[in-house]
Amino acid sequence: MKGSLIILSFFAGGLLLGMYKLIPSQFIETDYSMYALYILMFLVGIGIGSNKKSLEIIKSINFKIALVPLSVIVGTYIGVSIFALIQDNIGFIDAIAIGSGFGYYSLSSVLISELSGETLGVIALLSNIAREIITLLFTPIFARYFGKLAPIASGGATSMDTTLPIITKYIGSDYAIISVFSGVVLTILIPFLIAIIL
Amino acid sequence: MITVLLLMTAGTVLGWFIHKRKKILKVSSELTNWAIYLLLFLLGVSVGTNEKILNNFSQIGWQAISITLFAVAGSILTSWLTYIIFFKKNEG
Repeated sequence: MKGSLIILSFFAGGLLLGMYKLIPSQFIETDYSMYALYILMFLVGIGIGSNKKSLEIIKSINFKIALVPLSVIVGTYIGVSIFALIQDNIGFIDAIAIGSGFGYYSLSSVLISELSGETLGVIALLSNIAREIITLLFTPIFARYFGKLAPIASGGATSMDTTLPIITKYIGSDYAIISVFSGVVLTILIPFLIAIIL
Repeated sequence: MITVLLLMTAGTVLGWFIHKRKKILKVSSELTNWAIYLLLFLLGVSVGTNEKILNNFSQIGWQAISITLFAVAGSILTSWLTYIIFFKKNEG
């Protein structure tokens, strides 16, 4: 939670400085962000490669448990494809890219805004924040009516950390490992999926 | 975006080799946070100076929330199916 607030305050700070023209125009015209993104993606890679916990979790894979993140990906893509069909503002590819954030709003929004433009980046930011908030608010209902995997699906990548406490409270600690597994797999896949799609 | 994928893969390979070097990894994880802060700050600046986005902010907000509702609904339904077929029968 503290992390989310820090992240959002950097976005809000930039937004206010931009709106009130408090940034030297030279700073805006030079595009440093692509280089920052390159450095970020390299660092994210180091984080994935060096994380022994995620390696162990992936070794514990079996057919049944692997179906959970797979269901989340397929279901999300079906959902956002239907959304793309029923309105004209956001196209199919863009909708899939936004859906591929799976709640990991910090990384997905900066990646999407660099690869596709800031309008889509902002939609990705708000959309994936909403995914986390919806999960925090409605996990009790999801767990009650749609089975024990529903809160894990709703949480997407956040089911390994920010939404894990509320999820395990409502579906039981025996499902906690599945929740972490699904979140870890999605977190690793997100940058690859977005980069491939856009 | 081939550059992004190549850099990430290179990072993953390097990460695999240095997974015992705790000090380097700690610096790397700190730098990751700051790179994200910087990029979100820059995204904020470019949104703040973009009249088109600012003027349509409420529309953009509604689009973002609607797409999330579809994403969440879709993933809940497929996971419900997975739960009923593969998980539920093993419970008492």
